[in-house]
Amino acid sequence: MEDVISFVISKYNYWCYIVLLMIGLYAMIVKNNLVKKIIGMNIFQTAIILFYVSISVKKEGTLPTIIIDPVTGTHTARAADYINPLPHVLMLTAIVVSVATLGIALALAIKIYKEYDTLEEDEIFAQIRKK
Amino acid sequence: MKIIGLIAVFLCGCLLVYGASDFPGWGDPSSPASTHVSPYYIETTMEFTHVPNIVTSVLADYRGYDTMYETTVIFGAGIACFLLLRVVKKKDPVSRLYRHKATGITLRIKKGGKIPDKSNAFERIDSEWVPYDLIIQISCRLLVPLIQIFALYVIAHGHYSPGGGFQGGVILAASIILIAISYDLRSALKIMSERASAFLSAIGVFIYAGTGALCLLLGANFLDYAALDSLLGSGMVMARSHGILIVEIGVGIAVMAVMICLYYNLSSEGKQDEGL
Amino acid sequence: MIWQLDIVILTLVIICGIGAITVKDLLGAAILFGAYSFMMCLLWSIMGAVDVAFTEASVGAGVSTVVFVAAVFRTSRRSKD
Repeated sequence: MEDVISFVISKYNYWCYIVLLMIGLYAMIVKNNLVKKIIGMNIFQTAIILFYVSISVKKEGTLPTIIIDPVTGTHTARAADYINPLPHVLMLTAIVVSVATLGIALALAIKIYKEYDTLEEDEIFAQIRKK
Repeated sequence: MKIIGLIAVFLCGCLLVYGASDFPGWGDPSSPASTHVSPYYIETTMEFTHVPNIVTSVLADYRGYDTMYETTVIFGAGIACFLLLRVVKKKDPVSRLYRHKATGITLRIKKGGKIPDKSNAFERIDSEWVPYDLIIQISCRLLVPLIQIFALYVIAHGHYSPGGGFQGGVILAASIILIAISYDLRSALKIMSERASAFLSAIGVFIYAGTGALCLLLGANFLDYAALDSLLGSGMVMARSHGILIVEIGVGIAVMAVMICLYYNLSSEGKQDEGL
Repeated sequence: MIWQLDIVILTLVIICGIGAITVKDLLGAAILFGAYSFMMCLLWSIMGAVDVAFTEASVGAGVSTVVFVAAVFRTSRRSKD
């Protein structure tokens, strides 16, 4: 039993990322409202980012900014002392791109609302079939 | 549909749990992700670029191509939003509403009627009665310069502390958006017109790509900032540091302009008259 | 890094995420999504990814929420699910 608990606790971040990814995927597939779908897409994106940031953690590491000795002006860069910075770089750009996709998605939603006067997917499909 | 969706999500979750059970434990310093490539960046960043913040140096120097196209993607998003939403045909409103500031009387000017004189006694409003929000307006007005100074600090100090072009650009955009929310869209358009925001977003991408092309002209590879040494005369390593700063300024300008353009178009459905 | 805080915030993140997609009012969903983004930002600053946390605080919790509210204001607040 203790093995199971320690197994769950030691990878809690990974389990949470899986749950969030499932929430986002569920919202994108099942939800009927377009804005809800967009929120689901954003939750999906942040789940992926959570996964990448969780990879980069080192238990004994500090922030990825090289510490310079204020007196002598020298520094020692040992890789084990610092958190892995590469996933941070990848995800930093991913966040900014996510807001760009969010803007496009909402622009499309507003355009659809102007045309059909609703945001519900089934009502839009019904109106398209009637034409 | 609901059941099929649930089954698909559940299957996806099971596969991910199966995959995640093989991962190294959370925070393990000897995991494969932190032992293969990343030590090289951590150990050489001071030697090559003289930038203590490793994230900034990797973002703008080692992975310069990636960030350049990232900026282009954001520029493209701004253009796409503009093309999707902007209503080019200008419909003249039947009547315009003006409010006399001192007395609070609303005037309705019919089409073709004479607009009140350009003095400051009148302000244009959107509906018959708009609430007076003096406290909000004054406090936002006081906040805006502080926000802008902080944003410039974030861009300029990205070498030594968290921050950089993306964050600083978004905070700069937030200051203009704050004006658009607390006053109305017209006041924000007076400060930052649509033409200016489109122009600045192109300028930002141009600064980034132009820096790369300048390095090419000076005889080095594209985006190899060490070539700027012959212009700046500060040594190869410091030239890389300055190159990163120039590029971050370009990113900041582009991101700011695109965020403002997105907000203008989304909040007014592309008509750009009333706003939120 | 404090792992107890980490677990508490992860649980809050999941609650905010579920709330954002189940609430019937779209304006409420947008605000809950902003809260979700801010919790994520806290989580990343706990994990030491300060740059990512800064970006998320300005982009995810700031501009995204404003853009969402603007879009909801321009369309409708009503949602069937």
